[in-house]
Amino acid sequence: MANGESEVGADVPAGGFVQLLTPDGERVDSVTTAEGTTYTVDFSDDEYRELYRDLVTVRRLDTEATALQRQGELGIWASLLGQEAAQVGSGRALRPQDMAFPTYREHGVLYTRGIDPIMPFGLFRGVDQGGWDPNEFKFNTYTIVIGSQTLHATGYAMGITMDGKTGGPDGEAVIAYFGDGATSQGEVNESFVWSGVFHAPIVFFCQNNQYAISEPLERQTRIPLHRRADGYGFPGVRVDGNDVLATFAVTRAALDNARQGQGPTLIEAYTYRMGAHTSSDDPTRYRIASEVESWQAKDPILRLRTFLTKQQIADDTFFADVDDSAKSLALSLRERVLAMPDPQPVTLFDNAYPNGSPEVDAQREQFVAYHAAFEGSDH
Amino acid sequence: MAETLTLGKALNHGLRRALENDPKVIIMGEDVGKLGGVFRITDGLQKDFGEDRVIDTPLAEAGIVGTAVGLAIRGFRPVCEIQFDGFVFPAYNQIVAQVAKMFYRSNGNVRLPIVIRIPYGGGIGAVEHHSESPEAYFAHTPGLKVVTCANPSDAYHMIQQAISSDDPVVFFEPKRRYWEKGTVELDRPAEAELHASRIVREGTDATILAYGPMVRTALDAATAGAEDGRHLEVIDLRTLSPLDLGPAYESVRRTGRCVVVHEAPGNLGLGSEIAARITEECFYSLESPVLRVTGYDVPYPAARVEEEYLPDLDRVLDAVDRTFGW
Ligand SMILES: Cc1ncc(C[n+]2csc(CCOP(=O)(O)OP(=O)(O)O)c2C)c(N)n1
Repeated sequence: MANGESEVGADVPAGGFVQLLTPDGERVDSVTTAEGTTYTVDFSDDEYRELYRDLVTVRRLDTEATALQRQGELGIWASLLGQEAAQVGSGRALRPQDMAFPTYREHGVLYTRGIDPIMPFGLFRGVDQGGWDPNEFKFNTYTIVIGSQTLHATGYAMGITMDGKTGGPDGEAVIAYFGDGATSQGEVNESFVWSGVFHAPIVFFCQNNQYAISEPLERQTRIPLHRRADGYGFPGVRVDGNDVLATFAVTRAALDNARQGQGPTLIEAYTYRMGAHTSSDDPTRYRIASEVESWQAKDPILRLRTFLTKQQIADDTFFADVDDSAKSLALSLRERVLAMPDPQPVTLFDNAYPNGSPEVDAQREQFVAYHAAFEGSDH
Repeated sequence: MAETLTLGKALNHGLRRALENDPKVIIMGEDVGKLGGVFRITDGLQKDFGEDRVIDTPLAEAGIVGTAVGLAIRGFRPVCEIQFDGFVFPAYNQIVAQVAKMFYRSNGNVRLPIVIRIPYGGGIGAVEHHSESPEAYFAHTPGLKVVTCANPSDAYHMIQQAISSDDPVVFFEPKRRYWEKGTVELDRPAEAELHASRIVREGTDATILAYGPMVRTALDAATAGAEDGRHLEVIDLRTLSPLDLGPAYESVRRTGRCVVVHEAPGNLGLGSEIAARITEECFYSLESPVLRVTGYDVPYPAARVEEEYLPDLDRVLDAVDRTFGW
């Protein structure tokens, strides 16, 4: 146990990780790392059940989105399958005043922020750019260019410090999401430098799902990703990203440190992308079925269900109810996605500049006149 | 041997030839190895040439191009793949500040035989950053050569010519044409120089200048125009820097009318430079101003309105009509 973290089960990565719920649904009371940090959770039965409901719901919504894409109703979909615990655990660890900067895959985090799950579908359906007001939802817009959002998150966190909003339990903190592939980008490394130098109240939450499209982790790093933090001068910790309890505990602690003015933390959530990179991808070209199966056994939802059952916190009636309500939410999401109108062509000129621009305005007028000329023709 | 190939497969064959012909040629990029690239342009190459020559790189475009500079100084001939147009910008510093200027800065001592392949343009129903046309940024930069192919035969030959060039070439690939088929003479030498434009359809009434994905659009417009008795000459520019406008001047002097077409926004796009030069060279032959049919000056829009953004056959013919109405 190089780091002093728990090494429960055979499939733990070298160096260990923080785990509070084993794949078999066994609860580990607490974990103390080599640095002396102790992680645990103290959930009521209700809270356990709500976490389970979250996990099932975000998976069900994701399944619906995948189906919509296959049916041609979405241009593309980036599935979170397998990463539910990493997203729900970290998302639920946020306090209302905290700000999140997602990639394009954080539908589960979005859900835990209380945001209507329809919100990113404009982007994936291709009816708009998928935009919303980050400040309204405390959830930034999705970012597709790999790594860019980590600098935005750092700047936002610097602003929190400048506004004097750290230093107590009601302080604000930021969480920046990114993948294992993103850790290679210069911008991500710059965000580590800046956050370190400015002691920014930020948590870097890396979902190491083992792949950047086809490239396995070894193409990005020789050391475990959380250990990169050493070089930037802040703590790094690895957590079992398929364990919603441990992910919650580690993220909550890191965010609370940040809000109290203790600077950044890098969290590596060790997980697995069960599906394709996106609906455009064919993972059979680069990974073998047995690998996927071995991760099936570490499923984040199954282990919580086992635990809830064994502890008699939940029974089949509850599980059936969760499935039913997740399904009806998914079906209503489907209806609403199908009802999303195609944009009026002329809207492509909107929002190029806040108050328009002479050039764009002139082009819009020509566009309207040009299309009007076709009206009534068989064009 | 003549084969019918898609444009994507023709590039694949061209890259294969280049790897076979010169052991110093290497391919580097995200997902180019085991996966064969997200568009499968490098499909099978790592299997046949090994992981040292077809390299799955870390996810870092500045790294891809920056290390290519060092490899080139060391004697290699790197062919870099940028996965999509919108992801070239992390490498922009390396391309514009280093690759472009290295020969100049080194007093002519350092030549960089680097090819930077960029799938570009829209029309594939993608989300943001996957449909852009950034060619003008590069063509505007002294020291860079910029080319783009429009059909499988050119794809096959031009990629090999670019790789054998001792100087950096930014090679734009019209991604929505990757699946279009054409005949490729695999064992014959290229019919044209890399930096040469070409008449791809003869006509007498007006000259359409296009490149990359818009060549097909221009040809379709010419076909439709012919039904209305308008005979349009279409020139595939092929090289964007340096431009080869000799054939265009000659053509416009005959037709008296010229329309330039590209997907990129019009403002300060290639069309601006081309229109200026045609005007300077052909002023007394012109019956109307040179017109441009381009993308609008807005970010590339959502997939469900992209057809309205992209120049199409109707917009090209409308511009041709306007040159006649002048
Ligand atoms: C700058 C940039 N380069 C390339 C891409 C294309 N691309 C999209 S996702 C991806 C892999 C990302 O891997 P990772 O960071 O591990 O996140 P994951 O998708 O696995 O969640 C790549 C290369 C991009 N979006 N942005």
